[in-house]
Formats: sequence, C-alpha cells, structure tokens
Amino acid sequence: MKKYTYTEKQDTRSGFGDGMTELGRTNPKVVTLCADLVGSLKTATFIKENPERFFQTGIAEANMMGIAAGLTIGGYIPYPTTFANFGSGRVYDQIRQSIAYSNKNVKIAVSHAGLTLGEDGATHQILEDIAMMRSMPNMTVINPCDYNQTKAATIALADHVGPAYLRFGRPKVPIFTDPNQKFEIGKAWTVNEGKDVSIFATGHLVWEAIQAGEILAEKGIDAEIINIHTIKPLDTAAILKSVRKTKCVVTCEEHQANGGLGDAVAQTLAQNFLAPQEYVAVNDSFGESGTPEQLMAKYGLSAEAIVEKTLKVIARKS
Amino acid sequence: MAIFVPFTIKIDFLMQIKELEDIASQVRRDIVRMVHGCASGHPGGSLGCTDLLVGLYFQQMKISNRKGKGGFLSFRMDGVNEDLFFLSNGHISPVFYSVLARRGYFDVAELSTFRKIDSRLQGHPTTHEHLPGIRVASGSLGQGMSVAIGAALAKKLNGDDRMVYVLMGDGEQQEGQIWEAAQFAPHHKVDNLVAVIDLNGQQIDGSTDQVMNNRDLKAKYKAFGWRVMEIANGNDMEEVVKGLRKAKRISGKGQPIMILMNTEMGAGVDFMMGSHKWHGIAPNDEQLAAALAQLPETLGDY
Repeated sequence: MKKYTYTEKQDTRSGFGDGMTELGRTNPKVVTLCADLVGSLKTATFIKENPERFFQTGIAEANMMGIAAGLTIGGYIPYPTTFANFGSGRVYDQIRQSIAYSNKNVKIAVSHAGLTLGEDGATHQILEDIAMMRSMPNMTVINPCDYNQTKAATIALADHVGPAYLRFGRPKVPIFTDPNQKFEIGKAWTVNEGKDVSIFATGHLVWEAIQAGEILAEKGIDAEIINIHTIKPLDTAAILKSVRKTKCVVTCEEHQANGGLGDAVAQTLAQNFLAPQEYVAVNDSFGESGTPEQLMAKYGLSAEAIVEKTLKVIARKS
Repeated sequence: MAIFVPFTIKIDFLMQIKELEDIASQVRRDIVRMVHGCASGHPGGSLGCTDLLVGLYFQQMKISNRKGKGGFLSFRMDGVNEDLFFLSNGHISPVFYSVLARRGYFDVAELSTFRKIDSRLQGHPTTHEHLPGIRVASGSLGQGMSVAIGAALAKKLNGDDRMVYVLMGDGEQQEGQIWEAAQFAPHHKVDNLVAVIDLNGQQIDGSTDQVMNNRDLKAKYKAFGWRVMEIANGNDMEEVVKGLRKAKRISGKGQPIMILMNTEMGAGVDFMMGSHKWHGIAPNDEQLAAALAQLPETLGDY
C-alpha cells in the first residue's frame, strides 16, 4: 500500500527556509543565526521579514553556538545555521557544554550533510555527525527525507523543548511526503507495509529505499519501508514491531556505518530481538568530489545497493 | 574640577566598602575550607576574584530579592529585569558557589558538598543539577563570553535594560572562541555587556608571559572595537566598586565594555600569592589553619 506521491523535486534546505519563514510569522520567540551562509540555508525571507531576529556571526561557528545558548536564557528559540560539517564536528565541545549539558533550547539546523554536498569534496562532506550527536545526552537528532518533511520538522521543533540537531541536504530531491503532515518527533513513518524485510531509511536514502521497494516488488519481495526521520529518540517500538514480523533488516543512511542509524537499530535489536541486518552506509571512508548522483552510486548509497543488501539479508534468514 | 561630595555620603560609602570587605573575608574562608574539604579544586583564582564577585553580587548587580522555598532567593533562569553574571573560567567555582550561597540563593551548609558525590556543587558550574544562580555550564574555557553576548542580545530584544556581566581568565584569552566573540560584540553594538578579564598573570603551566604571551590585551580589545577600562587593583574593594560603577556609567553607548582587572592569584592568603602553584591544588590541614588565621570569620562559617 503506497502512502506517498511523487510530485516534484526540491531541496530539503528550502523546506527548512520555508519552515523558518512560517515560524517567523507565527512564533515571535524564534530567532536565527548564521555563519556567513544565508544563501545556502534559504533563510532570506525570514531575515527580510524579521531583521531584528537574525544575527549574522560571520565565519565563527563556535561563537554562534554560544550566543544561541545565551539567547535561550532570555526566552528565545534560536536556530543557529551553517553547513553540517561546521555545525557539528567543528563545534562539538561548544554544543556539548553550552547547549547539551546546559540543556538549552537551541535548534541546530544544518545543511549540506553527507556526500550529496557533491563537488566541494570530503572536507565538507560530514558523514559522522549523526554518530556524534546521537551519543550526546539531551540531544534530539532529526534527519528528514524531503522538502515537506524538513519544513514540518523545522516547525515542529519550535514547540519541542530542549536541544536538537536538524540535518538536511543540498541537492534537489523528489518530494513525496504529505505537504500538510504533522511532524511527530520520535515517531517513525511507515511508507510501505510489507512482510519479507524491514528497510529502515533516513534522509535522502528514503527515496532510494522507495525505488528499491519497487524493484524488489518485481522480484516478488514484499518490503516494509519505514522512514526513521528521528534518530534520537529512536522509535524502538516501530522498529521491533516491524522486525518481529519480517525477521530481517536493511538500514539506509547517508552517513558512516559507524555510529549512525544502522548502529542505533542494531543496538535495539541486540537487546530485544535478534535478526540479521545489512547496512547501506559509508564504510569507514571519507568522500570525494563528484556529482551527488556519482557519489551516491560510488559509495553504495543507491536503490540498487539497497536491493543487493536486501537480497543478501533475506538469504541470511534462518 | 572638584566634585563636592557631602560628608555623610562619603561615610556611607566607606561603610559599604567595609561591609563588602567583611563579606569577602568570609567568602575567602569558604573557598579554602571548600577545597580543603574535598582535597581538590582551584583556590588561587577564586581568592583573586573574590572582591569582584562580592562587589557584583552585593553591590553592583540588581537581583530580584523575591524569596521562595526555605526563605532563599527564588531564582529565575530568564533573569528578566535582573542583571546577569556569567563565569566563563568555571574552575573558580568555589568563589561563585560561596557568593551565591552568601547572597541567599541556597543554604551555606551545602558548600560542604563541593565536588563530592551527589552534590549540586559540581567541580565546574552546571545547570544540570539545578543549583540556583547558575545559568550555563562552564569550565571548558573560552565559551562564556559568547553565552553572555547571547543573553545580552535577548535582553535587548525583550526591552530589558539591565546589564550582563561576564568574567574570564587571562590564560583563557588564548582560546580562539574568545576572539570570535570579541569581534561580534562591537560589530553588533552589544553595549549592555561588561566583560572582565582577571589579569593575574598565571596559568597552570606557569606565568602567562612564559606559557603564551597575551601581549597587549588593552590594544587588542581597543582594536576590536571595545571600550576598554582598567581596575588597577582588583583586590581593593573600593577600586572594584568604583570600577564597576564606571563600567555601568559608560555602557549603553554603542560599545561593549572590557575591564582589565589586575589581581593577585591567592589574594588574602600570603603563602598562596605570587605564583601559579595554587591554581589547582588544595591546602592540607596545617595550611588550612594558616590560611584561616589570616581571614577573619565575619558571617559565621558554614
């Protein structure tokens, strides 16, 4: 049963920008900061309509995170923005002490995550941020899959109290989720119900998983596809319910295999219900320059790769 | 130009200074007793900044006197219509905790739990244990001024005209984030911010001149766009109080204020002064007794 409709292509970061525009009009406590990447983060409309609620920090991300923490003390809901690489690894300790340990209501919103950043290459292609952020106490970690979901997540985070890391991307990708969805933090979205395999996907890999599901259907395999947009807190109930039915798992993410969604799922399975699992993820490697499509193919993050891993994991079922 | 100061006002001021000095003496006793009690912690910088924190919390800063449970000050995280203080060099937590307790945020008896298991008085300040008076965790250096700037911006957005104070160490000036914040505050005209650098010239590995020379901090901050002033002796209560008043007076004019405050690490305990050795070690029983003999008990030990 299909629960999605492909409409058009749009970048997830525009979903963030349009979510911010809406928040600018509806929530006077929302403020945003940016470290010299306003054009990339698509916040121009928010800034134009609410110039007093925007703070340009220049190329100084550590300071940006600290200022965001301080703004919460006066009751504001800051969204510091930059590329995912500079909003996670570069400022890990600032996030850890001033935001997470201090439990400040900061919504770190970062674009250009993963390989699909493309031609800029490995210096900018963060593939470790989910691991860093999900290991941090107090932190909520969200990696939405399309324009509509990113917009809805952006808006939902303003009503959530506590630190959060919202990760999205650069390229235009298919829009297939409901434009009027209500985003529930920590609640997985079942895209397709199936009985032969559980495919858990996050971010840009959700569309690839959907494509894989169609190829698998032609081969007579009934895949259950579940979108894990919130990696922390993880919807363990949805994961276990699905795996108890299908008895095998493929996890899909634009991230290192080490410490990402796959490991979060494996941790859940190891403690509750053992089942074979295959990872569609980057295998302990840095990226490189190339087009997003080339990179996703080369590093095994495509629909074809998901099909291959699915066949493998089904064969492993005892 | 001579300014006529009525005699009675002068006397009142001197009495205030005497009162503040008495509080500072008790705070210094608390500091050495706290670090002795857990055989760890940072007495040197705490003693050096005692006069500043007492001057801020008992004289300069406007703090709501609304009382809550147990007769202690009811602490509001947002600090609306209050002056705020941030301690960036969080390792001098003993002076912060003592001043907060003596000011009425919590029971002074709790000072005995410093750095011990299950305490709200962690080695470095934190909001995690919900100790009243603390607004952000600090200890990993270089972060406090950024947080203070954020709080100052929030005050402006809220139309709240109170001030934000932040204290940093001089060794801490070696952190890169400080200079990110230093360029932000003048650029965005954060003129409700008063930053203080504790110039004691010492850090863990030796004197700051030897470890990593800060050179001319006055020239640096001026070049970044700050209004820079000095407190020549940060261990003279009258100078501290006058300096803080001046900082407030010259604020609100489009520039953040930087106070370069000379202090002596270990001030008030003769054998802890004049070197970096007491940065992060606790006195033994004998040394504690010798220290306490130099510090009159004015408000009663915890």
